[in-house]
Amino acid sequence: MSVHRTLVVTARVLRQLRTDHRTIALMLLVPVVLMGLLAWIYNGTPVFDHIGPALLGVFPFVVMFIVTSVATLRERTSGTLERLMTTPMAKTDLMIGYALAFGLMAVLQAVVASAFAIYVCGLDLAGPVWVLVVVAVADAVLGTALGLLASGFARTEFQAVQFMPAFVLPQFLLCGLLVARDQLPQVLQPFSDALPLSYAVDAMNEVAAAADPLGQVGPDLVVIAAWIVASLLLGSLTLRRRTA
Amino acid sequence: MAPGATAAAVEVDHLRVVRGGRVVLPDLSVTVPAGQVVGLLGPSGGGKTTLMRAVVGVQVVESGTVTVLGEPAGSPGLRSRVGYVTQAPSIYDDLTVRENVRFFARMVGADTASAEEAIAAVDLESHAGVLAGRLSGGQRSRVSLASALVNHPELLVLDEPTVGLDPVLRRDLWRLFHQLAAAGTSMLVSSHVMDEAARCERLLLLREGRLLADEPLPALLERTGAVDAETAFLSLIDAAEKEAAS
Repeated sequence: MSVHRTLVVTARVLRQLRTDHRTIALMLLVPVVLMGLLAWIYNGTPVFDHIGPALLGVFPFVVMFIVTSVATLRERTSGTLERLMTTPMAKTDLMIGYALAFGLMAVLQAVVASAFAIYVCGLDLAGPVWVLVVVAVADAVLGTALGLLASGFARTEFQAVQFMPAFVLPQFLLCGLLVARDQLPQVLQPFSDALPLSYAVDAMNEVAAAADPLGQVGPDLVVIAAWIVASLLLGSLTLRRRTA
Repeated sequence: MAPGATAAAVEVDHLRVVRGGRVVLPDLSVTVPAGQVVGLLGPSGGGKTTLMRAVVGVQVVESGTVTVLGEPAGSPGLRSRVGYVTQAPSIYDDLTVRENVRFFARMVGADTASAEEAIAAVDLESHAGVLAGRLSGGQRSRVSLASALVNHPELLVLDEPTVGLDPVLRRDLWRLFHQLAAAGTSMLVSSHVMDEAARCERLLLLREGRLLADEPLPALLERTGAVDAETAFLSLIDAAEKEAAS
């Protein structure tokens, strides 16, 4: 592993993004538009304040998942991955390099979406804004890490895009947004307890409800961080120097 | 030792490779001498790319050994000593020529000056600031080549580097390959264009995973009584087919 090579990969991925204005616009604007729509359709009801924070965690998670899984798959199909495997680069240099680059985009996205939800849509928070941003960033980085992992199992871009509903929608159904987690059928509760998006949504709800949520948010963030690390490690196992 | 051979850059011993249930290389043994331009020729599907992948250590091998510059192929110590250029240009279309070459330079620990040198060596200075995706196929494959030259590897493995290039560029690239060999680089270059055989110091003819020839061109012509490489190869292939049929 080399910090230098990791940062070289990060710089290269960001440089590639720079020429792709449309992707940058999609990453930053899609969550904003969705939050705006949500505030609008629930205008005059308490629903937006109720589910807005949770969705602020879900949107960056989904967007970063898709962007990351497609971008890393391109590396595999273009032959550049095979070329890199013949160089001294360690597999973790590549994984962490990608995670840093998209993590940086995730920070930008989380800041923009949170600011829009609070200051434009009037999202009402009991807790401090910075905790909300920290949780949103953690959720976005989680999406990046799971996207990197998913891309290891996709052979084509079509498959990579299909992995989004496969990886993300079950988590969405079980995360407590539609049915509170403790009201889920008993058989499903362990799954809800294991999947990372549940903790993302819990953390967001705590920021919305409590004036000093750090004590409750902290353990959630630890679970999310553990999932990020595990996904990156598993993802680097799917990279093979030798292929058939 | 075979005529014309010096110390070995690559030694392949009873290599067997199966890809997707198909035996690509049944039992291949061959030596690539150091400091020469060695041409790997033969019909497509004959195992050229598979052999090259085994040499650079990205191919899963069933049995046999491949020794490169004295170490087992794919060992960590070889990764900065061996350069590999795949048949399809493996570069980033959304980066410029210079950004591509500099990226690969940094990954192997070479500096910016070496990147500029490599861009000049493949004659792309005038396009250094252009996005690789906007270039022609031939230009893109030269970006791919430049990215492998940056750290002056001791062994360069080039898979069909001259495909789609015009005659002038092809001549210039072969000139470059010979300059590199003269400076001590071992070159293993594949091609399915037989007239490129004349530009190699030694020829390996691979067909259906078997070696039909391993000698310099004059020796090959003498052995087969043919006037050029193409006729020589066709006569060897015909003979091999007859043998297989009988």
